[in-house]
Amino acid sequence: MGFQSPALEYGALAPMLIIFGAAIIGVIVEAFAAARLRAPIQLAISLGAVVLSLSQVWRLRGSATTTAAVNSVVIDGPVLFMQGTILILSLFAFFLIADIDAFAAQASAVPGSNEEAKALQSGKIQTEVYPLTLFAVGGMMLFPAANDLITLFVALEVLSLPLYLMAGLSRRRRLLSQEAALKYFLLGAYSSAFFLFGAAFLYGFAGDVSLAGIRSAVSGGPGNDVFLIIGMVSLSVGLLFKVGAAPFHAWTPDVYQGAPTPITAFMAAATKVAAFGAMLRIFYVSLGGAVYSWKPIFTAVAILTMVVGSVIAIAQRDIKRMLAYSSIAHAGFLLTGVIALNQEGLKASLFYLASYGIATIGAFAIVTLVRDSSGEVGDLNRWVGLAKRSPAMALIFSLFLLSFAGIPLTAGFIGKFTIFTAAYESGNIAVVVAGVLSSAVAAFFYIRVIVMIFFTDPEEDTVTVTIPSLYTNLTIWIAAIATLALGIFPAPFLDFIATFATFTR
Amino acid sequence: MTSENLVYLIALPLFSSALLMLLGRKADKWGHIFATLISASTFVIGAMEFFAMIDRPEASRAVTQKLFTWISVGTFNVDAGLLLDQLSIAFVLLITGVGTLIHVYSIAYMSHDKDRRRFFAYLNFFIAAMLLLVLGDSYLNLYVGWEGVGLASYLLIGFWNQKPEYATAAKKAFVANRVGDFGLSVAVMIAFANFGAVSFIGIEEKVGGASETALTAMGLMLLLAAVGKSAQFPLQAWLGDAMAGPTPVSALIHAATMVTAGVYLITRSNFIFDNAPTAQLAVVIVGTITLLFGAIIGMAKDDIKKALAASTMSQIGYMIMASGFGPAGYAFAIMHLLTHGFFKAGMFLGAGSVMHGMNDEVNMRRYGGLAKFMPITSITFGLGYLAIIGVPPFAGFYSKDKIIETAFNAGGLQGVLFGSAALLGAVITAFYMTRLMLMTFFGNKRWAQGSEPHESPFLMWAPMAVLAVGSVASGYLLYSGKAIVKWLAPVVDKNQHEHTEFLPPIVVTTLAVVAVIIGVSIAFIKYRGDLSESAPSEVSIFTRVIRRDLLQDDANEFLFMRPGQKLTQLLVKTDESVIDGAVRAVGSSALGSARGMRKLQTGYVRNYALLILIGALVALLAALAVTI
Repeated sequence: MGFQSPALEYGALAPMLIIFGAAIIGVIVEAFAAARLRAPIQLAISLGAVVLSLSQVWRLRGSATTTAAVNSVVIDGPVLFMQGTILILSLFAFFLIADIDAFAAQASAVPGSNEEAKALQSGKIQTEVYPLTLFAVGGMMLFPAANDLITLFVALEVLSLPLYLMAGLSRRRRLLSQEAALKYFLLGAYSSAFFLFGAAFLYGFAGDVSLAGIRSAVSGGPGNDVFLIIGMVSLSVGLLFKVGAAPFHAWTPDVYQGAPTPITAFMAAATKVAAFGAMLRIFYVSLGGAVYSWKPIFTAVAILTMVVGSVIAIAQRDIKRMLAYSSIAHAGFLLTGVIALNQEGLKASLFYLASYGIATIGAFAIVTLVRDSSGEVGDLNRWVGLAKRSPAMALIFSLFLLSFAGIPLTAGFIGKFTIFTAAYESGNIAVVVAGVLSSAVAAFFYIRVIVMIFFTDPEEDTVTVTIPSLYTNLTIWIAAIATLALGIFPAPFLDFIATFATFTR
Repeated sequence: MTSENLVYLIALPLFSSALLMLLGRKADKWGHIFATLISASTFVIGAMEFFAMIDRPEASRAVTQKLFTWISVGTFNVDAGLLLDQLSIAFVLLITGVGTLIHVYSIAYMSHDKDRRRFFAYLNFFIAAMLLLVLGDSYLNLYVGWEGVGLASYLLIGFWNQKPEYATAAKKAFVANRVGDFGLSVAVMIAFANFGAVSFIGIEEKVGGASETALTAMGLMLLLAAVGKSAQFPLQAWLGDAMAGPTPVSALIHAATMVTAGVYLITRSNFIFDNAPTAQLAVVIVGTITLLFGAIIGMAKDDIKKALAASTMSQIGYMIMASGFGPAGYAFAIMHLLTHGFFKAGMFLGAGSVMHGMNDEVNMRRYGGLAKFMPITSITFGLGYLAIIGVPPFAGFYSKDKIIETAFNAGGLQGVLFGSAALLGAVITAFYMTRLMLMTFFGNKRWAQGSEPHESPFLMWAPMAVLAVGSVASGYLLYSGKAIVKWLAPVVDKNQHEHTEFLPPIVVTTLAVVAVIIGVSIAFIKYRGDLSESAPSEVSIFTRVIRRDLLQDDANEFLFMRPGQKLTQLLVKTDESVIDGAVRAVGSSALGSARGMRKLQTGYVRNYALLILIGALVALLAALAVTI
């Protein structure tokens, strides 16, 4: 048997190749372009790559399912939808990254040192964040498309490693940021180990790393069931860590708070899409046959996640931590879509991911605007009476919160409604009851924030809402309009999603 | 047949209203002229549709226009559609014709009001809503117009809302109307539940298959709606207070058009009522009570507008009563509605003219001898007076006479009872209207020195003159050759019923004329001489009760308002202690557990890692336990 050189289907891989190519060009730009020119060049490359890649995804839409790169990548409906969602979310993330000086002047300088002061004075900025983001975007696009465990792991690392770095790049409160980055890295490595451990056991069980091979082994193969369960649970731990499900969520609030806000927005929105995409594929495609083993565990995790996310959020005093717990609660709601394990569940999950992602980016975009002389203000007590200073932004922020709470006429309501309906139809009533109840608890803290913003008089006047730049403004308004439009006229978008919502097995 | 023009009837005034409101003060200079022109153009459209309709053969006179699909759920479809047939064209002409005259009148009447433009915006809005009410081709479309005229009425009663009692009057009208609107919404639901349709045509087709119980229930609910909107017993109390609005509003909305919507509703629903005799009887009873109730209240009113309002209530009682007699009565109900639209609107405008000349004085005890000072007003008012009491050959004679005749023709004891009540009503009507005439235009002068009354300007008396012509001639025109009966028959009397005669018409007519003579004579004897400036205080218990509007407000207060307030207070308490308490308990317990759980969030990586490990192990063991 001679060596067969791998054939790459460039057409099907084009969306990812464009992003990775642009990332490499970005690295070269970092090395050769003048410091002054780097930021605009990097922004142009990034936005161009995202738009180009998006056009390729659009071109592939509706074409027959293909596998690529020697069967290690599969391009089917859900993958294309998720890649499109990730690209749109990262487009807005780039808008936020471009907009403000959220990033360290020189990341290697010790906080508080002379070197840092010098770097700040010279007006430098760490523009490596652009290629790093592009690498992460590429990893995220590959993650739900991976067709075997090896590719899955590679994608996981490609998307994670840049994020660890980016979390530490904050310009202000750098110690907090660096602590967050280190925590994220350590725990991420730890969970990756779980993931690899699980992958090894699954290989031991099936004798195959491809998802199709595992699938056929699960449905009646001769494998060892204990291996299957150890492998499945360990693999799930790695994935549940990434989506921030309880009890693997503890990193989320610390990292969300410490990371530069544009990066938090990117992580919260896009990472969730990628990780859920991979999870949906693995459980819908490979492990569907073993549903009776994992469903109770996932139900418990989902309920615990919803409760932990909703309840602890109430006690938060920092807006970014509150949004972090909110994202944990949303991970719980999304898990109900995984458990549903039916066509409706997949469709609802896709809708939920898109609507949650866009509202999250919008909400964090507004967080970047609320500042005092030393930078962003996360303390909720200082958000009191914000509506008096900027009624429009307060109103839009409330819209996002209402969408998170799942109030009708917002996208969040349609998302929750469809995903709970799917879970209910699959017969999982416990998770629906827990979901609805924790939604009610969650509504409490969202509405508490709205009350603070609107109906309480401000005490001090040091906080201002800066006037958003064009990019941020665009992000906020598009996110707001999308949230409202998907809430009022969801039918066309749901029909559109329905054309994507079939996994190829 | 379809027509593309019907929508303009509604769209034009609606657009004009929105424009005047959006432009605000910028439109102050020309807003009233613009609104009047728009109203006049709706009349022109209505008239052209009318002439086109006459030219068509009887079978194809009705025209429809589908605007858009409003609701489409499964097999249930509601189009926003318009229907112009022989019944609705009568209303369209009345609304746009009288409406335009009142627009013209208001230009002068409201000329000193700084909010005149807003007034005209509301008037145009009313025209649009009222036209939608009579043009809607389904109960749901009618409902939209129904609510629209309710809103317009509320806004216009409270137009001078800087006076708290005027705002209260607006609220009172609104609340009473809500009760009726509830009836209409239930009727729509009954229609949907039983017929699966809400359009008039759709229901009429399926009406044969419905149980009489359902039809009776729907009929009673429609009656409730009519009772609220048309100020019939027991929801009549709001109409008197509604006179707080500017007088042109009283003329247009609270005399000629909106308050007659109940009659339209019952006539339009003839296919329901004709198959629900119990509901029909209820309609007749309500009409009979109200026609006497209103007339009795009218006997003791000193406020000229409230006296006219009581009279309106009574006259609509006649219409409701007639519509309760089924195919025999519908045409006469509509005929009385049209003649009443002329003479009552004319008299209200006359009252406005008197007030205009008397510094807004409304108390008739302070009038007297005005005929000399306001000749045109007294003549136009006088013609309206002759019409309402039913002197031949004025308009009201024809319409009222036919209603009394129909009442007797109902046959048996019922016929005698209702017929006699209608005759008694005619006596009282003649009495209180004569009293009103004498107190206002004749007798001794009782106004303060130095405020000489003056005749109103041309823009005000011209509409009054036109309406006076209607008061004189409309009855004859409508009834000659049974024109109105034949015209409406395709809508309200499809089977061409033979109507039995209980008494020969000539006997009834004689009785009616005698009734008028009796009423006028009593009033002449009582109010012929000079009157004092204040009402006599030493009066019998009956007079006092009548002065208190037959205790209508006391009854409402005792039966509904106080128990309602008690109930509200109880609910507020329950809300504060039980419901809010439960919410607060949920909130604080969640906060408590949140603080507990937050302790896990130490910030140390080692603790987080331990948590992950424990979670993974528990999950693993659980999965193994579940499987094996």
